[in-house]
Amino acid sequence: MAAPNNETGEEETTGHEWDGIRELNNPLPRWWLIIFYATIVWAVVYWIFMPAWPGITGYTKGLRNHSERENVAVALQQLESSRVEFAQRLLAAPSLRAIESDPDLLQYARAAGESLFGDNCATCHGVGGQGFVGYPNLVDDEWIWGGTLDDIQTTLRVGRRSDHPETTYTEMLAYGQDGLLTPAEVNDLTDYVLSLSGQLHDPEARARAEEVYQTQCVSCHGVDGTGDREQGAPNLTDAIWLYGGERSAIWETLWYGRAGVMPSFEGRLSEDQIAALAVYVHTLGGGED
Amino acid sequence: MDVPSPTSQASTSASVAAYDVEAVNSASHRDLYQKREPIYPKLVHGRFRLLKWSVLVVTLGIYYLLPWVRWPRGAGEPDQAVLVDFSGSRFYFFFIEIWPSELYYVTGLLILAALGLFLATALFGRVWCGYTCPQTVWTDLFIAVERLIEGDRNKRIKLANSPWSREKILKKAAKHGLWLLIAAATGGAWIFYFHDAPTVFPQVFQGTAPVSAYIFLGVLTFTTYSLAGTMREQVCTYMCPWPRIQAALTDDETLQVTYRHVRGEPRGAHKKGESWEGRGDCVDCRACIAACPMGIDIRDGAQLECINCALCIDACDDIMRKVGRPTGLIAYDTDNNLMRAKRGEKRRLNIFRPRTALYAFVLAFVAALMVFGLSSRSTFEVNVLRDRTPPFVLLSDGSVRNRYTVKIVNKDNAVRNFTVAVRGEMDLELSAVGVPSNGRSVTVPVNGDAIRSLRVFLTKSPNQSVAGKVPLVVHVTDQETGVTSDNETVFLTGAR
Repeated sequence: MAAPNNETGEEETTGHEWDGIRELNNPLPRWWLIIFYATIVWAVVYWIFMPAWPGITGYTKGLRNHSERENVAVALQQLESSRVEFAQRLLAAPSLRAIESDPDLLQYARAAGESLFGDNCATCHGVGGQGFVGYPNLVDDEWIWGGTLDDIQTTLRVGRRSDHPETTYTEMLAYGQDGLLTPAEVNDLTDYVLSLSGQLHDPEARARAEEVYQTQCVSCHGVDGTGDREQGAPNLTDAIWLYGGERSAIWETLWYGRAGVMPSFEGRLSEDQIAALAVYVHTLGGGED
Repeated sequence: MDVPSPTSQASTSASVAAYDVEAVNSASHRDLYQKREPIYPKLVHGRFRLLKWSVLVVTLGIYYLLPWVRWPRGAGEPDQAVLVDFSGSRFYFFFIEIWPSELYYVTGLLILAALGLFLATALFGRVWCGYTCPQTVWTDLFIAVERLIEGDRNKRIKLANSPWSREKILKKAAKHGLWLLIAAATGGAWIFYFHDAPTVFPQVFQGTAPVSAYIFLGVLTFTTYSLAGTMREQVCTYMCPWPRIQAALTDDETLQVTYRHVRGEPRGAHKKGESWEGRGDCVDCRACIAACPMGIDIRDGAQLECINCALCIDACDDIMRKVGRPTGLIAYDTDNNLMRAKRGEKRRLNIFRPRTALYAFVLAFVAALMVFGLSSRSTFEVNVLRDRTPPFVLLSDGSVRNRYTVKIVNKDNAVRNFTVAVRGEMDLELSAVGVPSNGRSVTVPVNGDAIRSLRVFLTKSPNQSVAGKVPLVVHVTDQETGVTSDNETVFLTGAR
């Protein structure tokens, strides 16, 4: 509804007319106009104080010299320096065990460890450390290379079968594929390994494999099959299997061998990060004293 | 023009002159594209004016003084009775200290406030608008300041129409200066609710207060000055959604400020000594319009602009006494009573209606819930989160382990020892990271006013043949008070 003209009594128009459609000259609400002008003023003020106009070689910096990039850099710096204190406390701790018994430090190590674990470890070991076939479960109580804090730290630092000079190289030989044993011997040995963990097996085949086990396997897995952590030889008598504990999986391991690689993280992660990660993995549930 | 004073208080009848006033906001008067016409409410005296002054003093008194009330809570805790502490993420209200996880108490408080408003509105109409709304209270205060400096209605109109002079400039400057001072004090009092008042008060003047304090000080100074000083009734008419909502909350039995037209009409000027036969009691003096801060004529009936402040009642009663007629031509009354009056029936009030009963019942229910919640609120809180990656862990001897994060929130100010144990159908071994365990329970200290997150392992030995999901209760005991907290969770055995 347009306000009628005071003199003519007709509705005021802009004079524009198209096909009989007239454009009424209605006033804008006052509050709207005030805000509209205020935004224009604001824009001019903004140009003066903040970076605004692009040029050929740069841009107008504004009086406040504001830079979002610098703000991010400063914020990152602050984050880093806030971490330095805890990082130094981690490094200064007499032992990893001491970190675990300090609630503050433990909380920091677990939080930092969780984020590092997600970035570096979860791809193979799973988000919760539950592992996959061929990638050890880190939350159970079975450890191929040892589950104390120091063992875990060593594994993180030098890796296993990695390119680190201090790493370990022992591996499970491919007895079948490389012709070290005959197919019949591998079959019998499979029954022997099944028997170690009390699984269903053929007692005759087991008896036939006794001699082969004593000559080929004992040096690493031990007379009773409980393994040897020094050499990374798994315990064959328990319920936990890295590559599967059923007949076909055990046969496959005997025939083709196994040599999973854990990369070395020395140099990729800082010392305090490795300490935090070791504490995190240790507290996932399987940590040994 | 002003009312000539009656010749004698004892005289039973006197003639009154009409006010030269237009109800600028009445529907018939107002155009769509019209500039705001200023309103100069005239000061009235009477019981509702007195009530409004009292409410003004009490509400403003609470607002300005509450942050200064002290409430000792012990070392390391703020001693301000009412404090919203954002940096410490606590809300202190006298003896109550609310953590962010307990924000539902604030929700409950808001629900109570809403229901209280519904009930009051159903019974007495827009009492919130008329007496207690901050917009009304501050506008009333600002008008009082204006009246103090520029005088009452006629003097203000005269000043507004007069050319600029030294006196006018002085008066306007004084008025706006005082307004700004009150506005700044309003914004200033607001920030005291979020910081320790005695600490932040000098800081504000030294320029060392937090930036947020200055921002809120500025924003509230601006809004108080503009809303109460310059916008006034326009806020209620155009900006506020509440008048629209309230229309749905009132009904024919709601007490509202009402012009009893049955008694008042036909209206007309009345000369002293004339008969009252054959005419209404309304002498058309327009005193009700002159007193109205919203610029309306109550005699047009209920309208959206009316905030039910009852000042027209005081104005009219005054006139009725002068002309020797009974007061209450304008009064709190219901629509149904107007109908009854028309039919010659007796006036009555119907307070107990389904609507009011429902509001009252829900209000009492929520209030009881809040009282129960607050009185049974413990000084600690426990959260038990079961690890889901992986859901369970098979151990080398065939045992199955589940992992839990137990968060213990100690709301007390001192260190407390808490014992964590489990109860359930199964025999489970319990251990926790970094804490010695006896296999059944662990006891850990939790610092005062802090949260401790504990990694708890529950292990089922292989000789227990349990399958599926087994419910269990994590039982946390405060060693000092013996208060316990039971938290239901489950144990996944990993077997079918």
